[in-house]
Amino acid sequence: MTSKIKSITNPRLSLDILSPEDVQRIHTATLDVIETVGVRFPSTRALDVWEAHGATVDRDTMVVKVPGQVIEDALKQAPPTYTLAARDAAQDLPLDGNHVYVGTDGCGVQVIDIHTGERRRSVLQDVADIARVADSLEEIAFHWVAVSAQDRPPHTRGLHELRAIWENSTKHVQTESVYSEQEAHAAVEMAAAIAGGREALRERPVLSIMQCTAPPLGQDGGSLDAALIGAEAGLPVGFMTMAACLTTGPATRAGNLVVGNAEVISATALIQLAYPGTPVFYAAAQTASDLRTGAYTGGGPEDFLFGAATNVLSDFYDIPLSMGSFATGAKEPNWQAGIEDSLSTFMASIVMSDMLLGVGLLHGSRIWSFEQMLMDCEIFDLVYHMMQGIVVDDDTLALDAIRAVGPGGNFLTQKHTRKHMRDIWLPQFMDRRSYEAWEEKRDGAREWARQKAGHILATHQPEPLDPQLSAELERIIASVQGKA
Amino acid sequence: MGKELFESMAQSVIDGEVEDAERLARQAIEQGVDPLDAINQGFVIGVNHVGAEYAAGEMFLPDLVLAGEAMKAAVAVLEPEMQRRGTKRQMLGTVVIGTVEGDIHDIGKTLVATMLSSSGFQVYDMGVDVPIQTFLDKARETSADVVGLSALLTTTMVKQKGVIEALEEAGLRPQIKVMVGGAPVTRTWAEEIGADGFSEDAIGAVAVAKELVGA
Repeated sequence: MTSKIKSITNPRLSLDILSPEDVQRIHTATLDVIETVGVRFPSTRALDVWEAHGATVDRDTMVVKVPGQVIEDALKQAPPTYTLAARDAAQDLPLDGNHVYVGTDGCGVQVIDIHTGERRRSVLQDVADIARVADSLEEIAFHWVAVSAQDRPPHTRGLHELRAIWENSTKHVQTESVYSEQEAHAAVEMAAAIAGGREALRERPVLSIMQCTAPPLGQDGGSLDAALIGAEAGLPVGFMTMAACLTTGPATRAGNLVVGNAEVISATALIQLAYPGTPVFYAAAQTASDLRTGAYTGGGPEDFLFGAATNVLSDFYDIPLSMGSFATGAKEPNWQAGIEDSLSTFMASIVMSDMLLGVGLLHGSRIWSFEQMLMDCEIFDLVYHMMQGIVVDDDTLALDAIRAVGPGGNFLTQKHTRKHMRDIWLPQFMDRRSYEAWEEKRDGAREWARQKAGHILATHQPEPLDPQLSAELERIIASVQGKA
Repeated sequence: MGKELFESMAQSVIDGEVEDAERLARQAIEQGVDPLDAINQGFVIGVNHVGAEYAAGEMFLPDLVLAGEAMKAAVAVLEPEMQRRGTKRQMLGTVVIGTVEGDIHDIGKTLVATMLSSSGFQVYDMGVDVPIQTFLDKARETSADVVGLSALLTTTMVKQKGVIEALEEAGLRPQIKVMVGGAPVTRTWAEEIGADGFSEDAIGAVAVAKELVGA
């Protein structure tokens, strides 16, 4: 049995973070940057597309300068809504602006082993285990490749990871871990096998592709090629900027948004020029670098503000957003992780970012923790309940119950209470026990989250892939492996 | 027939339907069913079910309280018939409970009283702002096994100690156990004033009371 998916919908809270004038100024500044400063596109395939569409292309520096009108016209080709398909159609995710979905984070390089508690290098089995736990959790709507399968050869690693997820879950997969032409071709072939052919894949994209930009004002060659190959096959494609105040972006928040926006919309425009009408999404995980060390922080007020502001930009361009949230620099599940994951997720949710990435990673998306994964799901559940706001109607005003109880009584015995009590949020991992009960065991969220993850790993059986399909995926990976 | 009636009784408690519980209790009397059977094979089964569901996380506090109310209502209807037959319900013990003098906080104490009552204790709830002498008189009158003292203020907590001292002076302390509770009350405080039992919540209070009466 497949689990249902919990998403935020019909929100009752809202936030004004950028005025229409602010957005227009950011947009104008962005076009100015793309046209006069340019963005680096180190891919012959990409440069050819730009040249064919009237951009100024410098083949030596690989920097292109594009008239604003070309960018604007190209972006208008992008579909405003579409659906991310899942192996199980009941788990399809309509990106219609009225849903917030959560995925797993990616791509970590270490895992806190659930059995030993020791930190170690991530392997393929971890990808499979994480996918299986994610498959059973209603808070998780789709997958990123959560950790890197470092026991597999680099040039096919991304393919092994994809297969491990599909073998262990029926939910949509968004890979951020395929960034070469060869792997992209194979990934498309694997997705087509799952969907039932190339045309079926176009109709039901069971795979979407997320690529990172190379801030400031640059792209990665392999990523561009992989994205273009995905787009050609009709897969949804997105570019994520991680431009950070102080280092890869200006110190100012607005300036950092301009740099990130220039990277994302230039790459998105490229996709539309090459394959008009391709489903695309905006992606961002902008932050501020640490003032002392320059290190990536993942967290802090700048991070949280970008989390809300970016959806205003993606709404302006009328495309869905895949937003970095649950980002923390904490080394273990702790106070810092709780604050950073909560505030970033709240800010990205209140503006209805379509996809939130993602649960489970610590230390700037490096270390996977099953405990953190489960606790992040609880954070989302909490935000989910907050987004339902306060409903005011005859029933919720509860006048009959108030009259029945009167001064000095209590509401526990009212039918009205029983009818509505399940609307009251009930945590899984927050400690609301008596002091003595705590004192006796001295356990808490981490232990409970670990137990739940352990239980899922021991018991959850995902819907298996058809054995023939499984063999086909293996054949595709082997064919690439042979070319190495 | 009898079985169906008992099942309906249990269900009325599970659903927290006070009127249904009362109606079924009257029906039992009309049909000549022994009130003790009605309680032990009917209503108590419902209370136990709700308790188990609560422990399993499937039911919540309002379910417990509503079940307790339904149970209490049914017993009230059956009481005269038990007296007429000269039978008595076997109780776990008698508890006199109240919030101490100068303190008007009600809900925690009321919850404990409801939980104790539905767990099989004879409970006399003296309400709030209860003078020391009133606790003393009621305990003597009912031959209480346990006196429960609630206080929500650091300024009224001392009255818990006052009741214990008064019980001692009256020579009642050997046969009466004292349990204390309330937000500022800790185990250390309970020990300091010579109380016999302490709990931080209503569910825990039932276990403490049972322990104190050796049930």
